[in-house]
Amino acid sequence: MEKTLDLKFNYTEKKDTRSGFGDGLLEAGRKNPNVVGLCADLIGSLKMGAFQKEFPERFFQTGIAEANMMGIAAGMTINGKIPFTGTFANFSTGRVYDQIRQSIAYSGKNVKICASHAGLTLGEDGATHQILEDVGMMKMLPHMTVINPCDYNQTKAATIAIAEYEGPVYLRFGRPSWPIFTDPAQKFEIGKAWKMIEGTDVTIFATGHLVWEAVVAEAILRSEGISAEVINIHTIKPLDEEAILDSVAKTGCAVTAEEHQYNGGLGDSVAQTLARHNPAPVEYVGVNDSFGESGTPTELLEKYGLNAANIVAAAKKVLARK
Amino acid sequence: MEKKSIEQLESVASQVRRDILRMVHAVQSGHPGASLGCTEFFVALYFDQLNHDSNFKMEGKGEDLFFLSNGHISPVWYSVLSRSGYFSPEEMDTFRKLNSRLQGHPATEEGLPGIRIASGSLGQGMSVAIGAAQAKKIDGDGSTVYVLMGDGEQEEGQVWEAAMYAAHWKVDNLIATIDLNRQQIDGPTAEIMDLIDLRAKYESFGWEVIDTLQGNDMKSVVEGLEKAKSLSGKGKPVMNLLHTEMGFGVDFMVGTHKWHGIAPSDEQLANALGQLPETIGDF
Ligand SMILES: Cc1ncc(C[n+]2csc(CCOP(=O)(O)OP(=O)(O)O)c2C)c(N)n1
Ligand SMILES: [Mg+2]
Repeated sequence: MEKTLDLKFNYTEKKDTRSGFGDGLLEAGRKNPNVVGLCADLIGSLKMGAFQKEFPERFFQTGIAEANMMGIAAGMTINGKIPFTGTFANFSTGRVYDQIRQSIAYSGKNVKICASHAGLTLGEDGATHQILEDVGMMKMLPHMTVINPCDYNQTKAATIAIAEYEGPVYLRFGRPSWPIFTDPAQKFEIGKAWKMIEGTDVTIFATGHLVWEAVVAEAILRSEGISAEVINIHTIKPLDEEAILDSVAKTGCAVTAEEHQYNGGLGDSVAQTLARHNPAPVEYVGVNDSFGESGTPTELLEKYGLNAANIVAAAKKVLARK
Repeated sequence: MEKKSIEQLESVASQVRRDILRMVHAVQSGHPGASLGCTEFFVALYFDQLNHDSNFKMEGKGEDLFFLSNGHISPVWYSVLSRSGYFSPEEMDTFRKLNSRLQGHPATEEGLPGIRIASGSLGQGMSVAIGAAQAKKIDGDGSTVYVLMGDGEQEEGQVWEAAMYAAHWKVDNLIATIDLNRQQIDGPTAEIMDLIDLRAKYESFGWEVIDTLQGNDMKSVVEGLEKAKSLSGKGKPVMNLLHTEMGFGVDFMVGTHKWHGIAPSDEQLANALGQLPETIGDF
């Protein structure tokens, strides 16, 4: 399907976004001697091995003890260190929510919580590991910045950018090999939405892996005479409300797309912004109040309604509601 | 069920190891290492020690209960459950595939018989087992509750909250086992986070502790579980430190963390199966 489509963005290579994190962390470590790495027995999965090798004196294996890791990280900031914690998204959030809430967010500590294997696309490990609630949990915390980049290049750029930003950050990325379609030299601006494709009929706000699905959906819609605008919301908090309102002022309706529950996700953030300033119809592409399960990433995106075809269907539905 | 001889149990174990490898290979994902290392334990438990009914009822009243805290070793549990009659061995073919009851990590959501709680996020299983054991005590149900954990899993703080609680509340109908394979994902536990002396730790928490030094020798495993049973009911929770080798039974997988969560290739599978006689019949 993708081959015959006239895509506005293309890719020649696929890579996992977690590798973007690993490579970005290494670069951040070279730039700033205060950058410190911590990992809870998942160095390989988080791609933190290169950082560990180059900076052994700034890397700490915590064992399988995520709550302790969050506390250690909070403590390290007091002397000016910039700790990057690494574990799966589930164990980076739900597992340690109160440790993050009290010792990091409420205490205003400069910890970078880096979370791999987010969403359904981790695949076969199944629902115990497939967190779909993490964005909601993390964005509810005052002071917390929430970032969900879309590909290897954007994840790498975001990792470098958050090292330079002062304050707690939740950085969410994933396991599967995914198209690389953004600029390797991009400058990542926290909180600044990126209008990737201009359109007039409907706006698709997408985050994470589903940005690629949105790019594919735009081409399908265009081939059917529908003009979709695609906006990459890599930063879910703080939300670029201006970009959202400007776009919907033009298109009059929106689709949100994310690898997350409807509840608490990007969709809710967009809908809240629109409801408060410029009510307009919104359709959600996301998981509707269910847990995930084992399967391949492609199968899961299809079964749970998260692929380009679902974005196309949601766009048509929301257009009819205008 | 008729009591099985050690030889018969060993023969079941060979089939279980084949099942583990074939499941993980078919979907090219899953955790063979500690599944193979814990095979004697699971076979001894389900085919010899446990008073259980494969006509599964969640409440398990009057039955011994087993909880798997280190849920990633689901392949060995699924094999033993199906081979002891909880569901058809053919269903192993669906392991980790879409729409399966055999989820990557054990779950109750799809209703797989034999599973009473989801696990996979480490460190939680012993608390649940303690709760189930206490519920049995409240009811005057004299059966025993078993739980298995990993050794790396001991690094989770919740394990020690549970350890303290179990001794305080004299949960002496609990037999916990630790798969002491001295390995975790990133390497040997001694290098990742040194557990130092688990016997001393649990003893100081008020537990009765035994060592099963040959956790891959069926006779020793059965004797260890019998000894643990004989020590239960005396006011203390019982800890069985099960010394195993990760990957036991397959020469190129044994004794390393490298096979913690990696699937064998076609060639490796053929090689491994050549070391393990098919005794009951492949699914
Ligand atoms: C809370 C939590 N943190 C991290 C993980 C990822 N993980 C799965 S298995 C494992 C290693 C467990 O070590 P051990 O208990 O010794 O099991 P073994 O490797 O011997 O099978 C880790 C870190 C997890 N499943 N749950
Ligand atoms: Mg281990």
